[in-house]
Amino acid sequence: MSWPILSVVTFLPLVGALFITLVRGNDNLAKNTARWVAMWTTLVTFAISLVMVVRFDPASAEFQFSENHPWLGVANYHMGVDGISLPFVILTTALMPLCILASWTSVQKRVKEYMIAFLVLETLMVGTFSALDLVLFYLFFEGGLIPMFLIIGVWGGQRRVYASFKFFLYTLAGSVLMLLAIMAMYWEAGTTDIPALMKHGFPLGMQKWAWLAFFASFAVKMPMWPVHTWLPDAHVEAPTAGSVILAAILLKMGGYGFLRFSLPMFPSASHDFAPLIFTLSVVAIIYTSLVALMQEDVKKLIAYSSVAHMGFVTMGIFAGTTQGIAGGIFQMISHGIVAGALFLCVGVVYDRMHTREIAFYGGLVNRMPVYAAIFMIFTMANVGLPGTSGFVGEFLTLIGTFKNNIAVAFFATFGVILSAAYALWLYRKMIFGTLKPAVASIGDIGLREAVIFAPLVVLTILFGIAPKPVLDMSAASVAQLLDGYNKAIAAPKTAELTPIELKGGAPVLIPVSAVR
Amino acid sequence: MNAMTQMQGLWPVLPELVLGVGALVMLMVGVGIHQTERSAFIVNAWCIAVMVLVAGLVLTVPAGRTELFGGSFVVDDYARYLKLLALTGSAGALMLSLDYLSMDKQQRFEYGVLFLLATLGMMMLISANDLIALYLGLELMSLPLYVVAASNRDSVRSTEAGLKYFVLGALSSGMLLYGASLIYGFTGTVNFAGIAKATGQGANLGLIFGLVFMFAGFCFKISAVPFHMWTPDVYEGAPTPVTAFFAAAPKVAGIAIFVRATMVAFPGITHEWQQIVVFISIASMVLGAFAAIGQKNIKRLMAYSSIGHMGFALVGLAAGTQEGVQGVLVYMSIYVVMTLGTFACILSMRRDGMLVENISDLAGLARTQPTMAFFLAMLLFSLAGIPPLAGFFAKFYVFLAAIKAGLYVLAVIGVLASVVGAFYYLTIVKVMYFDEPAKSFQRMPGLLRLVLAVAGLINILFFAYPGPLLGAATAAAKSLF
Repeated sequence: MSWPILSVVTFLPLVGALFITLVRGNDNLAKNTARWVAMWTTLVTFAISLVMVVRFDPASAEFQFSENHPWLGVANYHMGVDGISLPFVILTTALMPLCILASWTSVQKRVKEYMIAFLVLETLMVGTFSALDLVLFYLFFEGGLIPMFLIIGVWGGQRRVYASFKFFLYTLAGSVLMLLAIMAMYWEAGTTDIPALMKHGFPLGMQKWAWLAFFASFAVKMPMWPVHTWLPDAHVEAPTAGSVILAAILLKMGGYGFLRFSLPMFPSASHDFAPLIFTLSVVAIIYTSLVALMQEDVKKLIAYSSVAHMGFVTMGIFAGTTQGIAGGIFQMISHGIVAGALFLCVGVVYDRMHTREIAFYGGLVNRMPVYAAIFMIFTMANVGLPGTSGFVGEFLTLIGTFKNNIAVAFFATFGVILSAAYALWLYRKMIFGTLKPAVASIGDIGLREAVIFAPLVVLTILFGIAPKPVLDMSAASVAQLLDGYNKAIAAPKTAELTPIELKGGAPVLIPVSAVR
Repeated sequence: MNAMTQMQGLWPVLPELVLGVGALVMLMVGVGIHQTERSAFIVNAWCIAVMVLVAGLVLTVPAGRTELFGGSFVVDDYARYLKLLALTGSAGALMLSLDYLSMDKQQRFEYGVLFLLATLGMMMLISANDLIALYLGLELMSLPLYVVAASNRDSVRSTEAGLKYFVLGALSSGMLLYGASLIYGFTGTVNFAGIAKATGQGANLGLIFGLVFMFAGFCFKISAVPFHMWTPDVYEGAPTPVTAFFAAAPKVAGIAIFVRATMVAFPGITHEWQQIVVFISIASMVLGAFAAIGQKNIKRLMAYSSIGHMGFALVGLAAGTQEGVQGVLVYMSIYVVMTLGTFACILSMRRDGMLVENISDLAGLARTQPTMAFFLAMLLFSLAGIPPLAGFFAKFYVFLAAIKAGLYVLAVIGVLASVVGAFYYLTIVKVMYFDEPAKSFQRMPGLLRLVLAVAGLINILFFAYPGPLLGAATAAAKSLF
């Protein structure tokens, strides 16, 4: 293991992007070259990331494939993955080739720039998940705004300007506060190294403020109710592949951030603020599900369902139980596949009819039987039907929360019912019923589209029947995370004891509350 | 022998001497040769060469701290760093000017000479170690600036800008001088170190008054709120390359003396001046962010943007620590690079031989001139402070210092102002990338391409190799303490 495999996976897409900039001309040849370069770059990146999976030792909770070089003085170039981040890295590298393929014919305008934006975005996303230094993390995390802003704004729909600005400014406003917290942590701990900070043990007063600052950033990114309003706009206006990336990966950065920073670094604050998270999560699950029922635009409906599903994730993560956290991770991976696939499904009909209005479609099963079957699988996975990956994540998060807080789990369960309501309603409206004349000539999916959907269908069902590989990969890291968390929140009886030097006597421990 | 040692004693001030002599030689050459556009172009080009030579000399000046002329002139790492930066700003702005002057038939040799003289003033200002040297440097810098602002003498806008700048500049110089006299009166010395000794036990009201007047003068020079009103008008009215010059080099010198005078002469009354700097900083950041939103003219927008950026730079000074000074230095370095790059683009907005200045003129630039649009977009994202571009690191270091100093309110308002500021930078990106193309601009002249490419690449690739700049800034900041 002499070569820096993680850096290669991270920066290979960037190399591909540089290569595309060298392509001259604007004819079909140049467009095709750009497409093929992007395709091969993402495929090779994916292949190398699979090598990481093979070499990864799931029994160890340590960071693996570590690289550490001096960089800023304040911060170092420290990269590495553990069982929590590796699944997200793989999710990213796996979805990118599919996104490129999905844009093969639907993007005809400025193809080179489009491919460059996606490749740069891939580098930044993989970097976000594998950075082991806070400043480096922030760099990747925020850097992703630039390509995504351009993707929505240049290749988006009618209201793309509004959507792209909203996306950019919402996320930026949340994140700058996190940056200040990062700086405060640096002065407190003397480092921005993530593994070191996890062991640092921040003072309680600081934990509270830092937790809130990180929460501001991740809650927007996640997105949690009530700061979710940028998401439906961004989703609706983004091109298909942009929506896929948004739903499948960018949203996961919020959940990943909670797991990587909030929980291990500010355990007490996480414990204290858990009721807040539970409340927001339950509101998100029920409220946005109801909102989803009212939508007239397919993409908007799926966007709202994403917010609801992310509610399960936050709820599970902050339940502070093994099942909750493992379920949260699994739910994110599963949602990445399923929501990504649903947006691709929308993309299929949008490419043909250029509208996303639900009422426009009807009776598609008559013309597109294969499509109907695929859409059915992902709808069921979205509902959380047993046997699909969606079930495992929702079930685990609900169990995990049930152990901690029965009321929250009780209300969250309504979300499962509501999700069935809007998903099945959408399916009936679009696929069943009489064939509408407007879509009478629509054709079924072609080979290229079949190639895109095949791996997603397989994974959805495979993870639904055998979720163990994913759960095993993160088990050791989750156990360690939880171990530290439980120690820290059990600690108040001991940690809040401060040694006080008495004159002429041995140090004695008295509770902090008494000192205050 | 005696003369030899005396000459050797002048070694640290050699760059200034060469610059001064160079300016006079260029003046004589310019007067002596044929008065044609071509010869004026050559003289101006030679002025760039003089600046490069002086920059080389600054690098060879012996390391360590030297005081000359009875302690009124100091050469240390801090001065060296900022002199190089000021020279970069001036030389860059002069490079941006050459093609513009030729195209607009305004090529005059005085232009380069005035740049040299203003730069000489900046270098003296940066090295000033007492109130007299400070004032001399400031005036030597300002007078040529008033003239170049009005250098397009047939244009009403340009002459108006020059006059406005002159009247307000004279007023601010007066305030600064009044403050300096108060400080002298209450401490009995003009030397910074002497003032520091006198204020070591705390301040009396007269001294604070003097300090406030001096700050007013500094704020005028760096266009910080509430002494910023001249900026948009002068930026808009002055010929565009002169605007680029104003935005880059004098700001460096202004900030340099602001920081040196404050840190060296008034360390004993940090608490008193800190609240003033915090106020100026917050006011500049917030005004810069909000006032820029409504602008249609890109030069006016850059004026408000520079007001905001001075606010960010002052965050580092407000911290009043070595980290803070380092942050200011990093900020100014990156700011100069970004400014020169952005103005290289603004100067390329030429259609049918006429320079256009409206933001809407950039529409669809991404399709008509993709390379220029890409670099400009990256510069704008960088000005907004988005990682991984250089502008992010600039903001990072000043806020890092502010957090350490416990200035949380300043930091929170500052980062939120940067979000508001991001909006108007995004608006320009939107015009370039999302809107339908307008008529294409003329081909970009070679020198502008060079400046844009260098500035753009530094801006994008800074994150990969930040070591040298950070190291130099650390050393420079250390020499003040």
